Amino acid sequence: MGDIEVKSQMSGSVWKILSKVGDRVNEDDVMIILESMKMEIPITAPEDGIVGAVLVKEGQAVGEGDVVARLVELG
Amino acid sequence: MFRKVLVANRGAVASRVIRALRSLHVQPVAVYSDADAGAPYLAEADECFAIGPGPARESYLNQDAVLHVLKSSGADAVHPGYGFLAENPFFARRVQAAGAQFIGPSSKWLEAMGQKTAARELMARHGMPMAPGSSVLASDDEAILSQARAVGFPILVKPVGGGGGIGMISAADERALEAAVEKARSLAQRAFATTDIYFERLLEESRHIEFQILGDQHGGVRHIFERDCSVQRRHQKLIEEAPAPLVDRATTVGLADRLASILQKLGYDNIGTIEMLRDKDGSFSFLEMNTRLQVEHAVTEAITSIDLVVAQIRAAAGERLGSILPAVIERCGHAIEARVCAEDPWTHYPSPGMLQTFRPPLAPDVRIESGYAEGRTITTYYDSLLAKVIIHAPTREQAIDKLDRALGDFAVEGVKTNIEFLRAVLGTAAFRSGAVHTSLGSTVLPSRRKMENG
Repeated sequence: MGDIEVKSQMSGSVWKILSKVGDRVNEDDVMIILESMKMEIPITAPEDGIVGAVLVKEGQAVGEGDVVARLVELG
Repeated sequence: MFRKVLVANRGAVASRVIRALRSLHVQPVAVYSDADAGAPYLAEADECFAIGPGPARESYLNQDAVLHVLKSSGADAVHPGYGFLAENPFFARRVQAAGAQFIGPSSKWLEAMGQKTAARELMARHGMPMAPGSSVLASDDEAILSQARAVGFPILVKPVGGGGGIGMISAADERALEAAVEKARSLAQRAFATTDIYFERLLEESRHIEFQILGDQHGGVRHIFERDCSVQRRHQKLIEEAPAPLVDRATTVGLADRLASILQKLGYDNIGTIEMLRDKDGSFSFLEMNTRLQVEHAVTEAITSIDLVVAQIRAAAGERLGSILPAVIERCGHAIEARVCAEDPWTHYPSPGMLQTFRPPLAPDVRIESGYAEGRTITTYYDSLLAKVIIHAPTREQAIDKLDRALGDFAVEGVKTNIEFLRAVLGTAAFRSGAVHTSLGSTVLPSRRKMENG
């Protein structure tokens, strides 16, 4: 659900998911926090929107460029 | 001396400890996670044992797996390196209970210094100077606010179970306090399994100066001078040097003598480091004590010609300081270490990947400590340290120039590295002059952004 892809900039494992389907997010809001190389890496919303889908679970491994969530454009 | 020692670590420090064991004619036993299978330093050990999957808690932090190897290999001691289980008193006690020696201070010391507020209280009682700080924070907001006001802003929120600069959050004023406390609690929970945190006054533009300590099991404690580790990013050290530049020698050595005598009175019994902050006015205050070998031990080795890992192992084997260390420890020249990490030089975000090229500078006066080789992969399971580059030269100026050249000759492809950032720091007038401080790393970033934008 949703046209806007939220991608992970790097590989790591999902530590915390801060957004759920239906949430309104603004550009640069932190949606998901990855853990990688003993660091927390925030994944932020690329633009304003409504969360249409969260495609990962906490603890899951993700790779660079993976789509981790989708946003629906604000109508 | 021990016959066989299990090295319960990975990467650069495992490689370093294995080398020290070899020079003592002790058989090294290595362990590795699935992610580290085939790592170059494993070939230097006599025996290697797989201890589990990549994630640290399933391998290098898995005490049962490590203790199982201790038993099946018949090793009579464990060297924990730094990080992972190095400062875990439960693990140290389990090693001792298995009939082997834990190469580090006795477990009561890991306990006493591991709880950071208790360590501060202990050291304050023994006359050590302290920066303003709080006890463990209360749980209600109002009490926390009054604790913060008593310490004074700007403030640093730190995990009680912490170390290594992990989980420290600063708050400039009262408005930023609540968010900082919340973030620090969450980080502390994840990294140290307790939400206990405390406050310390944030001393801006101060310097991080630490003192190398070595104790034996017969009541002997000595210091081996100081290191300056002020250049950091995200509260993690990046450039370390010995001796500390632009300090009064007599004051610094006087403080080192005092620290050694406090620890002697308390009965400290192996390697350790006392971390202090030096404020702009030249006054020192106690930060914390690390009860292990430090990442940056090599700069002390360079200026004193003392092999600290060998010294630590000999002390753990029951030898006396009198036979381990020379009667007078001489300092010679200046040493600087830079930590080359797999990360974006400007955002500091980690950059895992395969080392398509990995050619550290080859020169007789450049020392490299690394656990990697070309073709190996930097995974996301561990920290981003690729290699330490250590230079020893007659003067600080020459050491900086040589380090800059060595970093320029370091060829890495396949991952991003912080080499450009390290060289930018080395090139600042502040670093060149010796006027280092803990915010120096972050001052390099804005000037860099300005360059890119305009």
